[in-house]
Amino acid sequence: MIWQFDLIVLVLLVVTAVISLHVKDLLSASMVFGVFSFLICLLWAGMGAVDVAFTEAAVGAGVGAVFLIATVFNTTRDSSD
Amino acid sequence: MKALGLMVVVVVGALLLYAVGDFPAWGDPQSPASQHEISRHFITQSIPETAVPNMVTAVLADYRGYDTMFETVVIFTAGLAIIGILGMARLTDRESLKPMAETRPGDRDMIVINTCRQVIPIMQLFAFYVVAHGHHSPGGGFQGGVILGASFILWAIARDLPTALQGIKPRRIVFLAALGVVIYAGTGVLSLAMDAKLLDYSALHGFLPPAPADAVPNEIMARSHGMLIVEIGVAFTVSAIMFGIYTYLSSMGRLKGGL
Amino acid sequence: MDIFQDIVIARFNYWIYVILMMVGLHAMIVKNNLIKKLIGMSIFQAAIILFFVSVGVKDGATIPIVSHHGHAEESAETWHSVDPGHPDEGAVHDHGHHEINPDRHANPLPHVLMLTAIVVGVATLGVGLAVSQKIYREYGTLEENELLEKLRSNDG
Repeated sequence: MIWQFDLIVLVLLVVTAVISLHVKDLLSASMVFGVFSFLICLLWAGMGAVDVAFTEAAVGAGVGAVFLIATVFNTTRDSSD
Repeated sequence: MKALGLMVVVVVGALLLYAVGDFPAWGDPQSPASQHEISRHFITQSIPETAVPNMVTAVLADYRGYDTMFETVVIFTAGLAIIGILGMARLTDRESLKPMAETRPGDRDMIVINTCRQVIPIMQLFAFYVVAHGHHSPGGGFQGGVILGASFILWAIARDLPTALQGIKPRRIVFLAALGVVIYAGTGVLSLAMDAKLLDYSALHGFLPPAPADAVPNEIMARSHGMLIVEIGVAFTVSAIMFGIYTYLSSMGRLKGGL
Repeated sequence: MDIFQDIVIARFNYWIYVILMMVGLHAMIVKNNLIKKLIGMSIFQAAIILFFVSVGVKDGATIPIVSHHGHAEESAETWHSVDPGHPDEGAVHDHGHHEINPDRHANPLPHVLMLTAIVVGVATLGVGLAVSQKIYREYGTLEENELLEKLRSNDG
């Protein structure tokens, strides 16, 4: 039962990574990067790496996305590609 | 340029995929990484030698404490680098950077401020719990430190940055970060002074509380207590640096506006 | 067909890791915007950490934390069906020593190394963002081709 869940999360991981790099609005890219971090945290929790999942949830989705959004607010929101 | 990049990526990807055939199957207990004797030593000897049930914390703070000490120094250096990059420059006449909407602390959103007032003390208490309970459950210094730093960031987002900086002045941020590194390295140097190796916590059993009811020898309990002390040092540094990076990134070094 | 089965289906997760790494690497090389390059770097780091942690997974093993409650190791949540071939090896007594079977716990060593990598990765991301803010303050743009033009016209 669990390998199906893993398969879906892995495919979603690649999809969110490609979307985050493809959108032209940098704020949306930062938010989708936060989603990518959360999905990786789920994957690690399923693998039994609970410490790593805890750290990724706090650091990647919490603090990392905030840094990106703070920079986007202070520079510019649109990008050419 | 784009075609060249694509070709490079495809070639490297093909080489990596060619090596995939040699990897062990998923979750194989007989794979070389799992059969190596050092992993088995960590799993079986973590409780008899250090009295800490969480193997990851035991390896991180005791068996590989040297790595963790330098990682703390790396985080501290990254914070100093950001302060140096963004903090020193004079502002050119690009003053047209968006001025923040409300900078008076009086009339922000009532809902946001009151919710944060309820949530932030609970966050900080949870951060201390995560640091202290890292021996028995997932957690430890890094996780607790990041949650503590995130609570300060939340206060800076709910109010604005100068209000949050009144509680924690910028100079105090660097002091707290340096204090964390000093706690960690100081524990190691104290072990050196006790005529043992660097970061050998069992040499500190004279200073630390003894084991309850003599269940384990005092030296082994001292390793568990020494791990707690260095985790507290790591939590100080990580929380201060996370908040420091946020203050400098969100205000372009001016420490005035903020998100 | 057998080779296809062996290489693709049984090792599908390694394929995904390699694809993620290549997505991140491609973004770092090809993208024009500096923030997109930094996001590509973070994706690359996350994929490498994912690969490393997945090396320590064991079939039917529980988390690398020794529990104090009785028989918690027997009833731990497992991945696939675990063979109950170790009836009493994981049994826990309240005091004293008990046998910890190394095959019932996940390997803690990759977790430790990757904990360091994650936090250092976010510190590196912070430094990269600070440098890009400085560039924006000086030149007013974050696009690589416009930056190169401005640098060339400044020098020449």
